[in-house]
Amino acid sequence: MEEPTILKAEGLDLFYGEHQALKSISMDIPEHRITALIGPSGCGKSTFLKTINRMNDLVPGVTIKGKITYHGQDIYGPGLDVTWLRKRIGMVFQKPNPFPMSIYDNVAYGPRTHGVRSRKKLDELVEQSLRSAAIWDEVKDRLKKSALSLSGGQQQRLCIARALAVEPDVLLMDEATSALDPISTSKIEDLSTELKKNYTIVMVTHNMQQAARVADKTAFFLLGELVEFDDTVQMFSKPRDKRTEDYITGRFG
Amino acid sequence: MHQTLSPFRRAYDLGARALLYLSAALTCGLLLCLIGYICFRGIPGISWSFLTTAASVLRGTVGIFPAIVNTLYVIVVSLVVALPLGVGAAIYLTEYASNRRLVEIIEFATETLAGIPSIIYALVGNVIFCVSLRLEKTLIAGSLTLVIMVLPTIIRTTQESLKTVPQSYREGSLGLGSGKWHMIRTVVLPSSVDGIVTGCILAVGRIVGESAILMYTVSMSTGMQDFSTIENFMKSSGATLTVALYVYAKENAEFAVAFSIATILLALTVLINLAASLAGKKLKR
Repeated sequence: MEEPTILKAEGLDLFYGEHQALKSISMDIPEHRITALIGPSGCGKSTFLKTINRMNDLVPGVTIKGKITYHGQDIYGPGLDVTWLRKRIGMVFQKPNPFPMSIYDNVAYGPRTHGVRSRKKLDELVEQSLRSAAIWDEVKDRLKKSALSLSGGQQQRLCIARALAVEPDVLLMDEATSALDPISTSKIEDLSTELKKNYTIVMVTHNMQQAARVADKTAFFLLGELVEFDDTVQMFSKPRDKRTEDYITGRFG
Repeated sequence: MHQTLSPFRRAYDLGARALLYLSAALTCGLLLCLIGYICFRGIPGISWSFLTTAASVLRGTVGIFPAIVNTLYVIVVSLVVALPLGVGAAIYLTEYASNRRLVEIIEFATETLAGIPSIIYALVGNVIFCVSLRLEKTLIAGSLTLVIMVLPTIIRTTQESLKTVPQSYREGSLGLGSGKWHMIRTVVLPSSVDGIVTGCILAVGRIVGESAILMYTVSMSTGMQDFSTIENFMKSSGATLTVALYVYAKENAEFAVAFSIATILLALTVLINLAASLAGKKLKR
C-alpha cells in the first residue's frame, strides 16, 4: 500500500558557488515511512537532506533551482516562513549537539522558542518527548542535571527528544548514529521504527546494513545524481542500476 | 640503548640550563624587589583616614578618597558605554556580517587600535570630547576617551569567545526553528559569557592603570568632587589614582603619599586579576 507523498522534489539543482552538488533530483518521499539516503561521501545525500529544512541557507554561496514541496507547499517559495518550516521538519545531527544546559531545558528549548510558557504544558511536553525518544527512564531522576553529563548515545536520544518536543511531522536524521557505539545505534534504530507511526523519517546513512534494517525506501545518490529510488527490499535484492549494485555489493565507496 | 653525552655536550647543556635559570631568577627577582620596595615605602602611609578622607590643607592631612571615587566613576561610566557597544559590535562581526573582507579589515583595525600608545587616544580625546564637543576637561570626557581605548579589548575578547561556541549549537537551535537573534540570546551568549566577563575585567585593569588619557582629558584636582546633581556629575573633574600618584610625586614632591597610592594600585591590580581568573573558572563550570 502506497502512502501519500509528504515531500516532493522536482528537478532540484543545487550549486555551491560554481560546483553543482545536486543534479536534477526528483523524488517523492512517502508519509509515515523511513526513507534512507545512501551513497559514497560527497555524493550529495546530506546536501539533499539539508535542502528539506533549509539548513543550507546557512552556507554562503548556495543557489537552488527546481522545486521541493512539503505538503504541496514550495519550501523555497516566497511566502514561506523558515522558522515554521523548521518547526514542522525537525533535524537530528551527525554529532549529538545538546546545549550546555540541563536535560529539562534542552527539551523545553524548542517549545519555549515557539512561545510555550506554561510550566504544566512544558512539563508534559518534556516527559512525553523524552518517553518517545526512549530515554525517559534513564533521565527522569536527573532532569536538572547538565545534558553534557550524558553518554554519547543518551545525548543523541536527548537530541531526538528535543526535536520531537516542537511536535514536528518530519524528522531528518543526518547520519545520526555514525558517532555512536553499536548498542546506542541499535537503540536509535529501534526508536526510528517506533517513531514512524507518528512521523515521517528521512535519514542519511553511511551504513548500508542500517538502511537495509530500518528503511522502507532507499535512495542511492552518486556524484549529485539520484541513481535509484525504490523499496528497500527491492533495491537490496534486485537493484535496477549497475552502479547501485556495485555500491551495495561493496565494489566501491 | 643508553649513551652518555660527550663532556663537551654536557657542558653545553649545563651552560644553557644555567642561563635559563639565571634569566628566570633575574626577572622574578626584579619583580619581587619592585613590589617589595613599593610596599615597604607605601604601607606605612596607609591608614583608614588615608583611604576615606580628602586631603586637607587646614588640618595638614592627606587622603585619597576623592581619587578612589574618581577611579570608580571612570570605571563605571566607561564600562556602561563600552560594554554594550563592544559586545554588540562583536556579535555583529561574528554572527551577522557576511562580507568576509570587510570583517577582516575591521578585525585588523581593532587589533591595531588595541596596540597603539594611549597618549594618542589622549590627544584625540582631548580634541574631540574636551574641545569640539565642549565637555571641557571633565571625568565624562575622560571616561568617553577611555571607552575608545577599551573598545578594541572588549570587541576582541568577545569575538574570540563567540568563535569558540561550537557551530553545532547554532545549528541545533536554528534547526528547532529559532530566529537568529533568539539563537544568539539563548545559546550563543550564555556559552560565551565567561569570555565577555574576562574582557570586561581586562578592560577595568586597563582603565585603572591608565594615566596619559586622564591627564589630557580630566583636571588633576585632588579635592573631593560634587556628584550630587546631574549637572555636577557631568562637570565633575578630578584626578584618578594614577593621576593622583603623578600629582603627589611630581608636583607636590610627597613621595611617601605617591608610594602609598602605588601600593593601593598594586593591590587593586592583583584583585582584578584574581577576579578575572575566578570569574572565568566559575562561569566555565
